[in-house]
Amino acid sequence: MLRDITLGQYYPADSVIHKLDPRVKLLGTVLYIVSLFVFGKPVNYLLAAVFLIILIRLSKVPVSFMVRGLRAIFILMLITAVFNLFLTPGTVVWQLWKLKITKEGIRVAILMVIRLILLVMGSSLMTLTTTPNDLTDGMEKGLGFLKKIHVPVHEIAMMMSIALRFIPILMEETDKIMKAQSARGADFDTGNLIQKAKSLVPVLVPLFISAFRRANDLAMAMEARGYHGGEGRTKMRPLEYHRNDHIAYLVLAGYLAIMIAAKMLT
Amino acid sequence: MAIRIEHLEYVYSAGTAFERKALKDINLTIGDGEFVALIGHTGSGKSTLIQHLNGLLRGTSGRIFYKDEDIYAEGYSMKALRTHVGLVFQYPEHQLFETDVLTDVCFGPKNQGLSPQEAQREALWALEQVKLEKSFYNQAPFDLSGGQKRRAAIAGILAMHPDVLILDEPTAGLDPQGRDEILGLVKSLHEEQGITVILVSHSMEDVANYASRIVVMDHGSILLDGTPKEVFAHRSELEAAGLAVPQVTRVMDDLAQEGWIVDRNVTTCQEAAAQILNALHKEKHVQA
Repeated sequence: MLRDITLGQYYPADSVIHKLDPRVKLLGTVLYIVSLFVFGKPVNYLLAAVFLIILIRLSKVPVSFMVRGLRAIFILMLITAVFNLFLTPGTVVWQLWKLKITKEGIRVAILMVIRLILLVMGSSLMTLTTTPNDLTDGMEKGLGFLKKIHVPVHEIAMMMSIALRFIPILMEETDKIMKAQSARGADFDTGNLIQKAKSLVPVLVPLFISAFRRANDLAMAMEARGYHGGEGRTKMRPLEYHRNDHIAYLVLAGYLAIMIAAKMLT
Repeated sequence: MAIRIEHLEYVYSAGTAFERKALKDINLTIGDGEFVALIGHTGSGKSTLIQHLNGLLRGTSGRIFYKDEDIYAEGYSMKALRTHVGLVFQYPEHQLFETDVLTDVCFGPKNQGLSPQEAQREALWALEQVKLEKSFYNQAPFDLSGGQKRRAAIAGILAMHPDVLILDEPTAGLDPQGRDEILGLVKSLHEEQGITVILVSHSMEDVANYASRIVVMDHGSILLDGTPKEVFAHRSELEAAGLAVPQVTRVMDDLAQEGWIVDRNVTTCQEAAAQILNALHKEKHVQA
């Protein structure tokens, strides 16, 4: 049940996108998201969608996989659409007592939903084509300049990769604990909100204890292998830009130029 | 018949790229009062199978009967089933959560709807059965040793008075003494309380001395099913499934191949010692 979440899951495949430097993909994703917010015209959304479809094609990730990530935000999309539909002032198309749908409302609601879909698909494209380790590596190197103002970039990156690594482990553990307590007659599904919250105590206590124990063991294992923070630490595979990465930056620049041009000209 | 399984199949992550068949056409009948050992290599499906027996997992196809009632029938209460079929998981850390052992053991009976006093009575009875010293009753479960935690976890299930007790690798991570104590405890529960026991293990040595029947699983299906002697006679099949017959059986098998007149299907050290002495005795007489 808990294992069905796909947001943030890596999909192994041999593609141009997979092989790109994680820094390119990180910056690309950030710029893509920004572009969705800055350029709000329908033609921009169309261009952004085309760009994304090409990238998905190149990444060889099955579309069904991408769409599955959307299910998680379905409720959010629904709420956004409904609010925009009913609360945008403008020319009234349909009215029932105080509820009214306006022409502008329909327009905004559709654009908002498209924006959300592009947002989620764009960022899941990054997580699906980049291993969590590469991602934090890229973040560490890409934000390395912050070290000059005493931001512990390496430590933050290390914490992130550990946290990401432990998500599946803790999920599995939760599953096991819930089963062990169900075998003792625990009931997680019935009762009101307070009873349900109370019924989680027998799950949370063992889970927390095991998380702390794991953290302790991990810290010990890291120290036993000589870990002492980022100072003077070398990488087995240092990140380096290759030809494809430079091309990717050019493509990204081209995308932004077209977006700006499209906004200006329409 | 306590439990009857018919054509049970189970598929993990059905419909995704990670789909895997964990159980294939399992047919198994376990009688009242039996002591069955379920043996298999890691990933053979034994833990998956036992989770079906109290309804924690639902088979993709097939049927399971408890006391001749179909547990997948509409309106069958899984919660009631779980009080009849008690399942003790491998890691006691997964179920101990209260501030002291006694309260923790009360959790099961309370879920059965007993009053605090009744629950406490059952808990005290269960703790006595697992022979945990009284001084531990008021201690935090996390301060106990591995073997003591395991006892507390077993008591947590026992307090619900199950008719069938399933234990998933109850001896994993215990030292030899702790292992013998836990297995001895299970045996005495079986003999004194008449509880049907299903013991999951990957160690033949563990079960040879305790179980009256061994079911061997391999790659999601049942490979062998019979008394320890019958099962251990299939040495090569067991070894192909990544399991070893007990060392003593192996020694006797090798002796027999060397031409000694001994019984190959010996499962305990006592039997083996008697057989070897007997064979040596005969040899001596022949020489004399």
